[in-house]
Amino acid sequence: MVSRGSRALLAFALVLGIAAAPAARAQDLVIGVQSGATSIDPHFHALAPNAAVRDHLFDRLVHQDEKQRLVPGLATAWRSIDDLTWEFTLRRGVKFHDGSEFGPEDVIASFKRVPWVPNSPSSYAAFVRPVVDIAVVDGHVLRMRTSAPAPLLPTMLSAVAIVNRKAVEAPTADFNSGKSAIGTGPFRFAEFVPNDRVVLARNDAYWGDKPAWQKVTLKLISNNAARTAALLAGDVQMIEAVPSADVPRLRSNPQVALHRITSNRVIYLSFDQVRDQSPFVTDKAGALLPNNPLKDVRVRRAISKAINRAAIVDRVFDGDALPAGGLLPEGNFGVSPNLRPDALDQEGARALLAAAGYQNGFAITLHGPNDRYPNDERVLQAIGPMLSRVGIDTKVVTLPWATYASQASAPGYAFSVTLFGWGSNTGETSDSLRSLLATPSREKGMGASNRGRYGNPRVDELLEKALATVNDAEREKLLFQASELAIGTDAGIVPLYYQVNTWATRKGVTYSARQDEYSLAQFVRPGN
Amino acid sequence: MSMAPATRDPGVQTPLRRFVADFAESHVAMAGLAVFALVLGAALLAPLLSPQNPYDLNQLDIMDGRQPPMTKSMEGFVFWLGSDDQGRDMLSAIFYGLRTSLGVGAMSAVGALAIGMAAGLLAAYFGGRVESVVMRIVDIQLSFPSILVALILLAVLGQGTWKIILALICVQWAYYARTVRGTALVERRKEYIEAARCLALGHRRIVFRHLLPNCLPPLIVVVTVQVAQEATLSFLGIGLPITEPSLGLLIANGFEYLLSGKYWISFFPGVALLVTIVSINLVGDQLRDVLNPRLQK
Amino acid sequence: MTVFVIRRLMQSGLVLFVMSLIVFFGVYAIGDPIEIFISPEADQIERERAKAALGLDRPVWAQYFAFLGAAFQGDLGRSFVFNMPAITLILQRMPATLELAVSALLLGIVVGLPLGMYAGYRPNSAGAKAILAGSILGFSLPTFWVGLMLIMVFAVNLGWLPSTGRGQTATYLGITSSLFTVDGLRHLAMPALNLALFKISLIIRLARAGMRENMLMDYVRFARAKGLPMRRVVFVHVFKNILIPIVTVIGLELGSTIAFAVVTESIFAWPGMGKLIIDSIQRLDRPVIVAYLCIIVFMFIVINLVVDILYSVLDPRVRLSEAKG
Repeated sequence: MVSRGSRALLAFALVLGIAAAPAARAQDLVIGVQSGATSIDPHFHALAPNAAVRDHLFDRLVHQDEKQRLVPGLATAWRSIDDLTWEFTLRRGVKFHDGSEFGPEDVIASFKRVPWVPNSPSSYAAFVRPVVDIAVVDGHVLRMRTSAPAPLLPTMLSAVAIVNRKAVEAPTADFNSGKSAIGTGPFRFAEFVPNDRVVLARNDAYWGDKPAWQKVTLKLISNNAARTAALLAGDVQMIEAVPSADVPRLRSNPQVALHRITSNRVIYLSFDQVRDQSPFVTDKAGALLPNNPLKDVRVRRAISKAINRAAIVDRVFDGDALPAGGLLPEGNFGVSPNLRPDALDQEGARALLAAAGYQNGFAITLHGPNDRYPNDERVLQAIGPMLSRVGIDTKVVTLPWATYASQASAPGYAFSVTLFGWGSNTGETSDSLRSLLATPSREKGMGASNRGRYGNPRVDELLEKALATVNDAEREKLLFQASELAIGTDAGIVPLYYQVNTWATRKGVTYSARQDEYSLAQFVRPGN
Repeated sequence: MSMAPATRDPGVQTPLRRFVADFAESHVAMAGLAVFALVLGAALLAPLLSPQNPYDLNQLDIMDGRQPPMTKSMEGFVFWLGSDDQGRDMLSAIFYGLRTSLGVGAMSAVGALAIGMAAGLLAAYFGGRVESVVMRIVDIQLSFPSILVALILLAVLGQGTWKIILALICVQWAYYARTVRGTALVERRKEYIEAARCLALGHRRIVFRHLLPNCLPPLIVVVTVQVAQEATLSFLGIGLPITEPSLGLLIANGFEYLLSGKYWISFFPGVALLVTIVSINLVGDQLRDVLNPRLQK
Repeated sequence: MTVFVIRRLMQSGLVLFVMSLIVFFGVYAIGDPIEIFISPEADQIERERAKAALGLDRPVWAQYFAFLGAAFQGDLGRSFVFNMPAITLILQRMPATLELAVSALLLGIVVGLPLGMYAGYRPNSAGAKAILAGSILGFSLPTFWVGLMLIMVFAVNLGWLPSTGRGQTATYLGITSSLFTVDGLRHLAMPALNLALFKISLIIRLARAGMRENMLMDYVRFARAKGLPMRRVVFVHVFKNILIPIVTVIGLELGSTIAFAVVTESIFAWPGMGKLIIDSIQRLDRPVIVAYLCIIVFMFIVINLVVDILYSVLDPRVRLSEAKG
């Protein structure tokens, strides 16, 4: 006997279920993203989610494909004429979203705007700084003169969005409202709600492959479990940054497809190599050691050998990671085939420690973030016992990124052994070496993220030469030598693993996974 | 309803005995008490009951991670409730976690209560400028999100269990102060307070012996929430040190595995937390009913 | 009464000042925002430029005075990360959080009060025991766990409700809200329920406690002796008397829901202020944190003021003159 109350409840539930939800058309795509863009202005903040949105709306002279190799964008061809000059041939017949023609003046205006953007927390100024002069030749060819040899100029320009010349001094707010968000990209601006979503509409006049979607919504769902649930419920058709814990379950779900690629991000350990007394390096009783063992390469190498990378990949990531011996996975430019990940070798580690004078071991505290990289906490906790087994008593402390990042860096350098990640935006090892392993120098712009303050003049020499060598083959040789020396011989940092980028889509939708972690709707295609 | 049985001599029944008898009337509450005693015992005896010390990183091995319940570990003992992703025996982790959760919950509750009650009573009793100052401080404190307080304390004082207790106290005392003040405002106008005043009883006596007990009932309701607070902080990433997880942290860590089939990593700690809070509440309910002078029949 | 209100508002000025001071220096103590914003590849020159652009190269005292100066002119700063006025960002998200808070609170009152009163009226009935047991569950289960369970059951398995986000809005009488559309209500259902569970439990227990106490009091007996029907006694007289602690708690809950429904907003990707504040805290976006907390403290002051006024309405024995009692 169904009471009145429960009948009413049932009716209510039915109404909720059947009531007209806004009909999602077959050409609409909703992507669940992990971090939201903070602005539509492509020059405002050099941040990954902003760059992902940028790539939907704006083209650059040069684009990166899913393996971060350079492909033509608004420039159909480029070459280096001499050490100080690059020549770019511009594409013809391209129209902006508002119908105006694309031309060299737009490129020049964009270059002018980049360093001008006010209040930028991290700008692209350094990307266009090498260029001192742009000359227009034949109406559609640009000759750019640089102040010093800039072999990476095309790569750097793959991050500099080309905006309409009218926007040369448009404030960020005009981009966020859509007024100046006029690009040449595959999508047009529709709506931006900060910290919530970005809505885009197809650009039917796009010069390249027309996107399959009429309307794209990039929806921010930062909680991992909620994002996965949204995909399972069908509320979104694709999600990025699938946590490794969910991968086995999604793999066995017939309604879901997974797309993976090894990321350009390496997770590594960094050691205090400058101070004689490091704050978190003590003997087993807790007294600070007068001679910092981390300064000895044998100790660093021992630590590397004590870590069971295969176990971390298998147990912490369920296979969704790759043991690392260098700065970028194989196949990328500048990756030396001689740098292999150290295999687990506890005997070898103990022998090295004994040779360095630490047969009785010592104690350290390992610091790391707990909310920054996938599974960062778990990795740190897993490493602790591994080091303890070879005689280095290890305590593990994890902190929120907000505190960790500034305490670990200049000027305080509060920790001794730290865990960090590094993703290469250029797809080659030169910028990694430059930021992580070059002796810190403000004038030369080197070693900005070298928190351990490792330094080897020979590495600096090789790197400076490489950064000035335009010839690809020669540059690659120099990069091999530099990284083999810095990592293979000196263990300036100890690479642990490369992350794997995983996307999950509903069946019927497919994505070509990207090394740079961006979720780009123009590469999401219907089909299997 | 509680008629003294004819065999008991009314004159011998002390207030304590009567309290115990009243409390024992409710079977549900007695069951709750029994369960809570078990929980407390497990927490206090954790090192003796656990096959493994889950707080000692050196005893863990990641190769033992994520084993389902009833698997044998590499050291030889059985993971009765399975192991978490670091190789911690869930049973041991739950015992130690109970210890931490109860410890943190109790100490922060006591601290917050002490400060909150004092502030609320003072404000209501003295009124005037004292009340304004205290209540404005309460307003400021209420506005501070617990996560911000925890982050600031973490940055300034470093990590540790005591820092979290401090953060929880900082966050909660204002809530209690406000609740107590509300009730006390009503009470202070009642006849018995006036009567006490007429008798020229000292302020302290009036406040503590007369005002306070009558303000307790709503407060007890609010206090029993304390233990779950810490779980939310852990979920948000600001909590106890990761290597010494409380129940809340275990649940938060296992959260990711809820959808993946390794339910035991979050489920069992969740059950333990539930059982603990429920038993505390059952006991608290009956305590409140028994102690409330206005419910005496 | 007017003097009371005016004096309270004047005090709020002082409170705002103290608040801004604490938050400013507290956030400064946590860490350097530049390390969080700056692209890891940026070189030292770029770092210095960014620091200067955001005013972070000056000593913290100077930054605070600059903030005060601007605040007196109504400018509470621009978000470092969004480069928008902090107030705009916060106000943009306020309707969403208000919707959620009000719905959750309404649910709490509408469900909790009757259930709690019933449980107190007939404390030994099976219904009362069931209600009490349910209420214990309500605040024993952590919010994030319940939220995910709700999503799994209603969105993933049953497919009745959307798992994430806020629905479509409609404008009615000048107010734009998703409460006015069916789609909006569908999106609101689970987050509101998730938030409301705790309040329902709390209100049930408070109402029950109050009911039980009051039903045993003399005035109830006398009223019945006078011949008043039980319904009138309960709903007119007893009701007013149990309300004081409930009103306090509702006030506190409303405030803290509006301010910090962080967990629910995170799990349901609800575009509210709670999510904004936690993201801003994690990013050390100081202008937003400061602006937000100043607004929140002001809101708490107003709520507490209203609650205090309600006290005196509900119970004439409470005199709020703030004179010596």
